Formats: sequence, C-alpha cells, structure tokens
Amino acid sequence: MEIFVSIIIGALTMCAVYMILSKSLLRIIIGTSLFSHAAHLLVLTMSGLKTGAAPVLVDGVTDYTDPLPQALVLTAIVISFGVTAFFLVLAYRTYQELNTDNMEEMKGTESND
Amino acid sequence: MINLPVFPIVIPALAAIIMMFLPKNVRLQRGLALGSIFVTLLVSLFLVHTVSQEGILTLNLGNWPAPFSITLVSDMLSALLVTTSTLLTFFIIWFAVHYFSTAYEENYLYVAMMFLLVGVNGAFTTGDIFNLFVFFEVFLISSYVLIVLGGKGVQLRESIKYLLVNVLASALFVMAVAYLYGAVGTLSLADLAQKIPLVDNPNVISVIGVLFIIVFGLKGALVPLHYWLPGSYVVAPTPILALFGALLTKVGVYSILRTYTLLFDVNGTFLQTFLIVLAVLTIITGMVGAIAYNDVKLIIIYNIMIAVGVILYGIAINTQTSLEGALYYLIHDMMIKAVLFMLVGMMIGITRSGQLREMGGLITRFPLFGWTFFIAALSLAGIPPLSGFFGKLLIVQGGVGEGDLFGPILVLISSLFVLFSVIKIFLNGFWGEERRQYDGPLIPFTNRLLVPVCLLLAVAVAYGFGAELMHPYITQAIEPLTQPELYIDAVLKE
Repeated sequence: MEIFVSIIIGALTMCAVYMILSKSLLRIIIGTSLFSHAAHLLVLTMSGLKTGAAPVLVDGVTDYTDPLPQALVLTAIVISFGVTAFFLVLAYRTYQELNTDNMEEMKGTESND
Repeated sequence: MINLPVFPIVIPALAAIIMMFLPKNVRLQRGLALGSIFVTLLVSLFLVHTVSQEGILTLNLGNWPAPFSITLVSDMLSALLVTTSTLLTFFIIWFAVHYFSTAYEENYLYVAMMFLLVGVNGAFTTGDIFNLFVFFEVFLISSYVLIVLGGKGVQLRESIKYLLVNVLASALFVMAVAYLYGAVGTLSLADLAQKIPLVDNPNVISVIGVLFIIVFGLKGALVPLHYWLPGSYVVAPTPILALFGALLTKVGVYSILRTYTLLFDVNGTFLQTFLIVLAVLTIITGMVGAIAYNDVKLIIIYNIMIAVGVILYGIAINTQTSLEGALYYLIHDMMIKAVLFMLVGMMIGITRSGQLREMGGLITRFPLFGWTFFIAALSLAGIPPLSGFFGKLLIVQGGVGEGDLFGPILVLISSLFVLFSVIKIFLNGFWGEERRQYDGPLIPFTNRLLVPVCLLLAVAVAYGFGAELMHPYITQAIEPLTQPELYIDAVLKE
C-alpha cells in the first residue's frame, strides 16, 4: 500500500513540476496546488498507512494508527488552501492590471516595465 | 513567570485582532500598533533579563509533558532575536506612520505588520519543527499582504513570483518535516536532537539536512536560491522593504543556525563543506550585485546577500568564536539594514528617482540626513568601533582558527565591496550638484521621518560601543548551540 501511494506522490509531483514550468499563470497555480497535495500525501504516508485501530483510548486495543500526521496534514491543508485562494485572487488582479496571464510577458526586464 | 515566552507572540497578535475590526480609525490603529509593540519590547527586555538570571525558559503548551506538546523555548538566542525584531518593528511602524498615506493605513497595513512580527517572534521562540513551519506561514502570509499592498502593476507582477517561490518552499518544508518524522518519529527539536544520533542510517539524515538547507536557503536567499529576492523586494514601498530586508531573510538564517547546531552533526562532514560553499557563493554574488547596480534600493538589497553569506560562513565553521561572531553580526545586520533601507527610501522620496545618476547634492539641504547615512554606511561596512566590526572580527578569527584562509579573506574583501557600494551612494547622492530644488514641505517631512531612523541608528551604534557589555549575553546565547545537552535538558527536564 505504501509503495502504491509513493508512486502516486511521484506522479503528482511530476505533473506539478510540469504545470509550474508552463507559461500560463493559471496552470502554475494548479501546479502549486498539486505540489502541496503531494506533500500532504507524503506526510500521511510517512507514518505508515492503516496499521491499527482509530487512535481513541479504549481498553483492549493496543495497536493504534499514529494520529500525529493527520493533525499535521490538517494544518498544512488549511494553510495551502488559504494561500491558493489568495494566489488565485492575485492572479486575477494581475490579469486585470497587466492584461496578460503569460509569464513570458511578466519578466522584470526593462522592455516590459 | 512561566508564561513569559509566549507574551512576545500573544501581545501583538491580540492587538492586531482588535485592530482588524477598526480599519477606518487610523489614529487608533497607529496608537494601538505602537503601544502594543512598545509593551512587547518591554516584555522581551524583561525576558532577556530573566533568561540571563534563570537560564533557558520553556513553556509546554496545553500542559502536555515535554516531547508530546508543542514547546516554546526561550534561550538567550531566541530572547535576543525576539527583542531585536520587536525593536525594529517599533521603529519601522513609527516611520510608516509618517511615510504612508491614509489609503494604505486604512487597508490593514498595521495589522499585517503586526502579524509579521507575530510570525517572526514565534519562529524564534518555538521548539517544535512543525510549529516552526506554522509560524513561517504566519509571517509569509502577512508578507504576501504587505507586498501586494498598493496594487501597482509592477508590484503585482513581482508578488506572483514571490508567492510562487514561497508556496513551493512551504511544500518542500512539509516534505522535509515528513521525512524527518518518518526517520526519527518525533518533531520536538530537543527530542530530535536526542534521537537523531540513534538513527541507523546516517545518510538519510544527511539527505534530510540538505532538504532543510534548500527550504531555509529559499527564505534566506542563499545562492543559487536567491533569484526571487532582488525583483520582489525592490517593488515594495520603503517601510515594508525595511521590514522584509531586516527580518525575513534573517529568520531563514536563524533556522539554519538552530537546526544545524542542534539536529545535524556538521563538524567535518559533507554538510559543513556544502554550507561553506553556499556561503562563499552567496558572498561573491552579493558583492557583484552590490557594485554592479546604480539603483540605490538594489545596492542595499544585494548587501543583504553579502550579510547572509557572512553569517552563514560563521555558522558553517561552527566553533564557539565563529558562532558568537555570527550571532553578533546577525543582530547588527538586522538593525543597520532597517536603518539603511529607510534612509535610501527617503532619498528616493526626495529625489523622485532610484537611480544614482539622477540624484546629488542632498547634503546641502539635509545635513543631518546626510551624516546619518554616513554613519550607517560606515557601520554596515564594519569600521571599528561601529557595530559591524566585532561580528566580522569574531567570524574571521573563527575561520582562521579552523585553518581556513580563503573564507576569512573573502569576508574581509567583502567588507571593502560593501564600503565601496555604500560610499558610492553617499558620494553620488549626497555630494555634488543639486539636480532639482529639494525645499518646501520636504524639509519638515524629512525631519519627522529622521526621528525613528536616528533613534534606531543610535541603538545600533550603542550596540557597537557596548560590545563588551553585550558579550556575556552573546556567550550565553551560544552555549546551547555548542553544547546541545543544555537545550535538551532544559526542554526534557523531569
């Protein structure tokens, strides 16, 4: 199971890097959000997937799933959700202001200023 | 006072939350921002005093026992840095009160600045690596707000790059934390320091160490991860640029200092060489940039990179002397960079241009401004007895003591380049012919802006003259870095 998820993480990262390297701003944002998905899946996978019961203290259960990565990933998801929302708004404002979403035309060179 | 470490984080956060509800009441915003940061400053000075008397203070949040809870740890290192960053924010907000128009102030300028301070203070204080990530996000999100504030075309264009780099760095940070948790099984810094030597395969730890260098290097603008820095900093308005230049890159450097002394065994390993090479490249790139440009903001921005490189070199050498030098230089650089950014911002404000060839002759109308800049410039270059000197001296001593000659010589050469670049600003900007009439309302305006700048510069100069008085504090701050047992025992006591 861990190997399967690791392959998914690799594939997600691959797609994310491809998207981030493209010229369209919207694709870049989708790329960053895929990249953070890969990071979140990695956090969940690192502690091992589904090795025991729910982490609730009950008599007789000795084998618990590690609850910490789930708490970590929740925090990380919330943060990346907020940042992605901000990024989308920023991209829209930039499009309104500069009339382009092409990163080629957003280089900081003098011809574009 | 067991709760003392949390106050420098909580006081500005509470004030910022109150300010969020009253965005249109500018007077109240200014008063609350300056007042609450002044209180934070007093509290952090008291924190420094308490830590110097009682040793490392720890606070286990939620009252869980130590390795399971998020621990806030105030050792002398974090207490000193919290004090410095609070001091800087106080003077920068004072500067911003006079500098910005009401339109900025009504759009949550002070709220974002306060939350930036919350994040920075939190990152300095926390003793848990995931919590460090969370505080990184707190100040990053505030910095996103600050960098887009104003909404000009250029600003938005550069903000996108800044945001993209930092989003990627954050995802990498989460990945690095995940690997660390997978390999060691804990996230508390003290517990990690205890368990990392027990890991069977040390190569895994080296890989994680390099991943952390990439994450913190992106924040601290180490070469080759610095490309975002000049472009995105140069578009920000002056007070915001001062805040970023003084605090944000330094948090990256602090994180490298903390993790590399506590978690990863640096001495004589591949990681040490790696860090030294990065430091040297950063210094060289900074030197090239600092002398190549004619834009005053860019010159000072490339000076940030030289400073980061010098501090990182001190950290990488990792002896008592070089670490003392690195910390001494870190605090000096935070103060003096804030001063210089505010001063060049004022130059741009007066001459309406960032280019040196369009400036000139400022000193006839603004003598105080000119000489303030001159003192700040000498201090940045490390002319004794100003504050830059002692840090560099200790770093050079540390490097030579370890038998490395190339690094110390490069650090000394970099001082010449720094001196050249800032004296170039002084000669072209303040001396020579006036390019246009700089009088009228500009003179009282400049004098009002000069008050916080001069006060901060006075603190920086006093820091240089009082180097001997500061020395016991610096030594105490370095102790947990050279002897990690002290840090571990303080956190995991009982």
